[in-house]
Amino acid sequence: MHQDNKIDITFRNLRAAGKKVFIPFITAGDPDIEATYLIAKEMIRNGADLIEFGVPYSDPSMDGPVIMRADKRALESGTRIQNIFDLVEKLSTEHPETPFLLLLYYNSVFVYGLEKFFEAAEKAGICGLIIPDLPLEERSEAQPTADAHGIYLISMVTPTSGERAEQICKTARGFLYCVTSLGVTGARKSYEISFTEYFDKLNAFSSIPKCAGFGISDPEQKRRIEKFCDGTIVGSAIVRRIEECIAADMSHADIAKQIGIQVSGFTGGKAL
Amino acid sequence: MNENNCGRYGPYGGRYSGETLMHALQELEDAYRKAQKDPAFGEEYARFLREYAGRPSLLYHAERMSRDLGTTVYLKREDLNHTGAHKINNVLGQALLAMRMGKKRLIAETGAGQHGVATATAAAYFGLECDVFMGKEDMIRQSLNVYRMELLGATVHEVTDGTATLKDATSEALREWSRRVDDTFYVIGSVVGPHPYPEIVRDFQRVIGDEIRVEMLEKHDRLPSALLACVGGGSNAMGTFYPFIGDPSVRLMAAEAGGEGVESGRHAATVAAGTTGVFHGMKSLFLQDDEGQITPVYSISAGMDYPGIGPEHAYLHDTGRAEYFSITDDEAVDAFEYLSRMEGIIPAIESSHAVALLTKMKSEFTPDDIVVVTISGRGDKDVEAIGRYRGKIR
Repeated sequence: MHQDNKIDITFRNLRAAGKKVFIPFITAGDPDIEATYLIAKEMIRNGADLIEFGVPYSDPSMDGPVIMRADKRALESGTRIQNIFDLVEKLSTEHPETPFLLLLYYNSVFVYGLEKFFEAAEKAGICGLIIPDLPLEERSEAQPTADAHGIYLISMVTPTSGERAEQICKTARGFLYCVTSLGVTGARKSYEISFTEYFDKLNAFSSIPKCAGFGISDPEQKRRIEKFCDGTIVGSAIVRRIEECIAADMSHADIAKQIGIQVSGFTGGKAL
Repeated sequence: MNENNCGRYGPYGGRYSGETLMHALQELEDAYRKAQKDPAFGEEYARFLREYAGRPSLLYHAERMSRDLGTTVYLKREDLNHTGAHKINNVLGQALLAMRMGKKRLIAETGAGQHGVATATAAAYFGLECDVFMGKEDMIRQSLNVYRMELLGATVHEVTDGTATLKDATSEALREWSRRVDDTFYVIGSVVGPHPYPEIVRDFQRVIGDEIRVEMLEKHDRLPSALLACVGGGSNAMGTFYPFIGDPSVRLMAAEAGGEGVESGRHAATVAAGTTGVFHGMKSLFLQDDEGQITPVYSISAGMDYPGIGPEHAYLHDTGRAEYFSITDDEAVDAFEYLSRMEGIIPAIESSHAVALLTKMKSEFTPDDIVVVTISGRGDKDVEAIGRYRGKIR
């Protein structure tokens, strides 16, 4: 039998302490895998509770321009899935309490081979996968393998889920990734939905922890949204900052430091 | 919302879509099921095909070609449809669905531009807003079609990501649909994408095969020996083949884009060199590496320059019901010239792949055989590019 998934432990502890969860996202291998390691360490040091790594894809049809460019940089630096497993294995040894998640397109899992992928993911210490193009209806081919290796398939719910939301809430494991706006990943100035209504509805279906993501770009926005849920996920805003650092020709250590500062702005945690 | 096996062709197909679009796909499927049961929808669609698209399209007995190749050749003339290709069959069906669903705007991806032109045409006719996504490379290759779309009132959006061709245009159309899903209908141009698209597009294209069957039985009181069509995503081939799948005596032969030759690595021959994967909402065959990264593809034909194939084709290939062959750029250009000179018909470079397949395989047929080649579109759009390819222009 597998032990408790670290995702559950993290949410349980933070909920008990009355704290909100902060999950930063970066594309693994952007600008290369060494940099990703240093950035992740800084993010943890500055209060990241879980870390989400994007697995770069050639044709990210659900991502906006910022993450598309990051995926391109990561692939150009030669990032392969094995490099990402190695990265997570090293990080989970050094930070045994932090849950690491991968966000990836289903093809990356499918072509690698389901059994082979989940076996390697478990060995690396990966706690969950977010696979945006594997909706509930198509889960059955991967769910048994994921279960056998104690890895959660994290569910996403969106404002357009409608009557699907109930089933999604009831089958969700770990936490529910609540997309707060339409469209692809990327920062937004404003939201078109009522958070009260959205989260009230989801809470009525299930008490599973809920994290909001898509388009959260600054600490103020984060604080406004997390009142309605258990935590937030910030991706494109961080990836954009990495891009700026690369453009400014910073060293990997300096990029990591900059991202640490940015993350501490979100967490209110220690900086430097 | 339990196990959903619809949209499966053996192991292929499915609905591998982001959650943002799942509701819209279900809504589309519901609207389509309702329309299928409503005789008024069928009648309206048939009337548009007849009075607006100009169907039925001719089944033309190509006598000179028949003598030259030593078999009986018929050409299914989809090039004579309004807008010049088979694409209008599907677009009119989907536009009628969009109207029924109360959508205000059509979006589409396009490669060669024929599907974009057909969508812009339907949008003009029905008074809908229209945005078409097209790769930058294809906008250069098919600049005439870009202007045609604009003339029809559509906005053409240049896509510069990736290889700036059809796959990137498709990704961008999917992104746009998820940005504005409530009033937008995504008109997919081939038998690809998440369920129910492969089924819907096939159903709206089967008119090609249905007409072939009726005319063959009228003229010859028998079914054809073989049907030949080109396949990129595979909509004209699917439309041609589908009504004959249950007739084992009819060979189903598809020509895919061999580019500079499968061994060169510069091609779009998905069946010849692809492996099973999940992309653009469907499980099917794709040209990809060992970690599922989509590999760049190449074809002289913008309409076949796609790294995947419709899931039902992948299944027809697995079961052996249909046969898939690679045709190179050179072979297609030869066939483009051959049909122009032999019959006075200038075919699209896509359709030229199907013509090339017949000239290549002629030894397999006798004068007693009847073979039907679907000419999916006309070649006006390609004349300039082929002229350059041959060094005759500039």
